[in-house]
Amino acid sequence: MPISELVIFIIVKAALAVVIFALWMTMVPVMIWVERKVIADIQARLGPNRVGPFGIIQPIADAVKLIFKEDILPKSADKIVYALAPAMLMVPAVLAISVIPIGGTVTIGSRSFALQILGAYKSPGLTVPELDAGILLVIAFSSLGVYGVALSGWASGSKYSLLGGMRSSAQMLSYELPLGVSLLGPIVLAGSLKLTNITNAQKDMGIWFVLPQLTAFVVFFISGLSETNRAPFDLPEAEQELIGGYHTEYSGFRFAMFFMAEYLSMVTISALAVTFFLGGWRMPFIDIVWLGPVWFAAKVMAMLYIFVWVRGTLPRVRYDQLMRIGWKAMLPIAAINVIFTAAIVTWMPNAGAAYLSAAGVGFAVLTFAFVSMVLKRNIGRSVDERLKRVLGRGQEAFR
Amino acid sequence: MTAELAVFITMGAAAAVTASAVVLSKNTVHAVIYLVMNLFSIAVLYLALSAQMVAFLQIIIYAGAIMVLFLFTVMMLNMTGAVEAAEDRLLKQKPLAAALGLMLIAEVVMGTVGLFSKPSGSMAIEDGFGSAGEVGSRLFFGYMLPFEVTSILLLAAIVGSVVLARKKDEE
Repeated sequence: MPISELVIFIIVKAALAVVIFALWMTMVPVMIWVERKVIADIQARLGPNRVGPFGIIQPIADAVKLIFKEDILPKSADKIVYALAPAMLMVPAVLAISVIPIGGTVTIGSRSFALQILGAYKSPGLTVPELDAGILLVIAFSSLGVYGVALSGWASGSKYSLLGGMRSSAQMLSYELPLGVSLLGPIVLAGSLKLTNITNAQKDMGIWFVLPQLTAFVVFFISGLSETNRAPFDLPEAEQELIGGYHTEYSGFRFAMFFMAEYLSMVTISALAVTFFLGGWRMPFIDIVWLGPVWFAAKVMAMLYIFVWVRGTLPRVRYDQLMRIGWKAMLPIAAINVIFTAAIVTWMPNAGAAYLSAAGVGFAVLTFAFVSMVLKRNIGRSVDERLKRVLGRGQEAFR
Repeated sequence: MTAELAVFITMGAAAAVTASAVVLSKNTVHAVIYLVMNLFSIAVLYLALSAQMVAFLQIIIYAGAIMVLFLFTVMMLNMTGAVEAAEDRLLKQKPLAAALGLMLIAEVVMGTVGLFSKPSGSMAIEDGFGSAGEVGSRLFFGYMLPFEVTSILLLAAIVGSVVLARKKDEE
């Protein structure tokens, strides 16, 4: 292999990485503005409207403010871990981007490469295949993000931070499982762990996996909300109880990094949802390579809007409810969905798109109806018991 | 020097340094962080050996899941001052630890010497080695029984821990 081919390969991959990273980072201020505006609209307020037309430059003003704020180091903090914790959250969030295909294969002369950082590359002297187990890399890095949250809570040396960090690490740990298991359904349907194959399988079957895998999609979305600490699962930073949760003691740019990481992983979860359930970058009818990323971005924006919409609509769940939903509802549903999908793929390998969707939607309706019935009864009972216990204790204390 | 050797030397050194830091650091949370870094560098070594699947599973299960539980426990227990208290209690273990450590070093030396003297067979790896598909089919065709026995063992462990952790006042 000539050296020049290797150099060109490295340049192409580096350029791709820079462009995709820049796109992801651009989404952060855009999302902050969209979120504040949409939430304001839901709450019948105006939202940011002072900096620029419709307050569109507000995120930049916020960023400048945060950068110039004093970087405070609490006296009781563990200095090194305190300084590194935001990076421990940020780096995995950024690295998870590397396997998401935002478009098809671009051919320039004799070389062709996929619009995916760790994607396929082909030139006369050099052929690099796509990373074999792409989705495992995303799950691996999202599981490493827990350290940033847990350690920032511990290293701050403050009770509120520690409680926030503890809550969050338990929460992220509990919801990683259903997140990963819910992705197994589409993986079994597509028969591959590569993200491009999963996108292409949806095109070949002629149906987005959101219908045949409706159960998995709902579980994935709920777990994704929890994994990114978004409302209604934003207990780690519940202002009323914990002031600010694990980032109570942080200020300035380190504080901004927590927010950037949260928004980055929100975009990544949306991109994963689009890739696995909403057909990815493949467009209906037409097949123009350069329009793929635009179509992909439109779908990601739609998913992000739902994230904001849910935040503006639902009240925060209680901690024991969160754990109960995670372990007693989400995980079993995701596991049953894998068995259901495997049964369909094994016994009806030639089932058409219409049949698959009907089966998937029917299964989802039955499962969620059953689980919500059971959950409603159990949650109601546990609240009653708790009240009775607390009240009983109070009466004893007065005697 | 090939790229593989460079990766091996840097990551091997990182693994050795972080592993000793786990033992030597007095702060238990720091020890947990070093252990995570150690597991991560070993995952990169697996990747250099073209065992992709094992590398990712190493990160997901050991670095991502098990160590988080460790960190959780250590953070909850608040072990400040526990190291000094433990030193007296561990006195009896020291000679045994020294003997076992020497044995381990001897084994490593013997293994390394044997590796250099023996002419090894073909080092080429099969097509698809270490990929998820290959690991999966080996696991479910060649090693079905050990796999199932392990899962039953883990299930028993889960049931056992649930029984132990259950509140006493509930029927």
